[in-house]
Amino acid sequence: MTTPGRLAVLGAGHVGPVFARLAVDAGMKVAIAASGDPEDLALMMQVVLPEAEARWAADAVADADVVVMAIPLHDFTGFDPGLLAGKVVIDAMNYWAPADGVVEMLQDPRFSTSEVVQRRLAGSTVVKSLNHIGYQDLVEARRPAGSPERRAVGVAGDDCEAAQVVAGIVERFGFDPVPLGSLKAGRVLEPGGPVFGALLSQADFEQAVLSRVAAEA
Amino acid sequence: MQFPLVFGLNTFGDRTNDLDDRPLSHAQSIRNVVEEGVLAEQVGVDYFGIGEHHTDDFPMPAADVVLAAIAARTSRIHVGSAVTVLSSDDPVRVFQRFSTLNAISNGRAEVILGRGSSIDSFPLFGYDLADYEELFEEKLNLFAELLKGGPVTWEGNTRASLTNQDVVPHLESGPFPTWVGVGGSPQSVVRAARYGFALMLAIIGGSPARFKPFSQLFGLALAKFERAPLPVGVHSPGHVAETDEQAREEFWPRYLDMFTKLSKVRGFAIPTRDYYVFEVGPRGALFVGSPETVAQKIAANLTVLGANRFDLKYGMGGLAHETLMQNIELYGSQVIPRVRELMAESIEPTPHAAIG
Repeated sequence: MTTPGRLAVLGAGHVGPVFARLAVDAGMKVAIAASGDPEDLALMMQVVLPEAEARWAADAVADADVVVMAIPLHDFTGFDPGLLAGKVVIDAMNYWAPADGVVEMLQDPRFSTSEVVQRRLAGSTVVKSLNHIGYQDLVEARRPAGSPERRAVGVAGDDCEAAQVVAGIVERFGFDPVPLGSLKAGRVLEPGGPVFGALLSQADFEQAVLSRVAAEA
Repeated sequence: MQFPLVFGLNTFGDRTNDLDDRPLSHAQSIRNVVEEGVLAEQVGVDYFGIGEHHTDDFPMPAADVVLAAIAARTSRIHVGSAVTVLSSDDPVRVFQRFSTLNAISNGRAEVILGRGSSIDSFPLFGYDLADYEELFEEKLNLFAELLKGGPVTWEGNTRASLTNQDVVPHLESGPFPTWVGVGGSPQSVVRAARYGFALMLAIIGGSPARFKPFSQLFGLALAKFERAPLPVGVHSPGHVAETDEQAREEFWPRYLDMFTKLSKVRGFAIPTRDYYVFEVGPRGALFVGSPETVAQKIAANLTVLGANRFDLKYGMGGLAHETLMQNIELYGSQVIPRVRELMAESIEPTPHAAIG
């Protein structure tokens, strides 16, 4: 795949517009969609981020090289998987039972939440990433490549090629991608894991994560 | 500026310790909050707000009762919530309680509706967090109807319907000011405008400057819904002491304790000292420092965010009541006049206080 230029952001709450901002600044063409009519969203984006286009979810996805899921994970249970068929999907969602309530299908301790997402999105290629730095810190935390203050972002996928595509996006956003090998390994990125909510250099990130991955392999 | 500058203090009823660092009882912590509210008026603060919470660290489930006690001992300061968790409450009861507070205080009541980061009320009162959106939307809608005064007819899924229902006590002179607390979702900004409620930006972490487009969005949305302009406020945590160092060192261990506890429940990493230094610095969301440092930061942020009101959420579990009284004294007697001065003279923020 060539360098992806078009990103669809699904979700326009706290998180979605932040990803849209990162992508616009990285030179990508960005469409953003919420659950409803893009007209309401357009007013919002006109002020918050005029460079991103508010669209119906289906239209945003159809034209995109990569889709980032930024809806609450407890709402994902009602999401139509057909909408994302054939796409590389970044799963930036978090299962946060203490804040959002318990969702039965995410309770199984054998699977990372991204494995559950992948099972539902059978026609898509899911990569877990960009979920573990707080949305309030993402814009401020960006640094150019080579900066000693550059932070690491984990990239976990079963599909090597898709994971590389996502790693490239993470890089362009202003972070050092750290590949984690599999969606199962992406569990270390979840709430309660060693890097969730922390801002870490690549070395510190790898140190925090790799021992945990080895223990779970 | 279209609206006058307003400066408030907010508390969540954070449990206080005595001077030997032993935890005080819930009852004593609550009595301390009453004294803090009374002092706030004496030192010139415009608003005293109490945020509903339901935990051992924040034993403050009946903020309106405490506000009534403060109202009875004051004559000028506005009293209200910060926030009222409307989604797990009955809008009729919330209206009745604040309309009563408005009566007791001779028209000084306000209410800030929202979720806060408090989720404890949901299991306590038998609500499912998964229904949060529907609960908040419907209850905002009913609350807006109640504020109009006169008999209410309303139908929804989250509480019993009302038919031509007279809800008392009646408002004496129009609706009391009602705000919606918004934590960073632009959709919530548009919703506040749709109902015609003022906007309180809750900025509790990260760079406040990222909220910059929100006041403009709020203005545009109000115009779209054909409503008159409404004020925009900022709520942020902080701590004021005589010097920057004293403020930072008093606040840090309490902040660390609280976030260590929270991190276990919520699964995020414990904040590092580096992160704290960023947050108390000119680009972060903690208003911690000497009166001059905090005043500069407030003035710079109000300007950047296009806001006319600042509410400092003071206190952090374990700080002594005496330390909080000192904070309130400095905020009222030094910070507020200094911010007014900075904003009146439109002094360019110093490079130290400049924010992006």
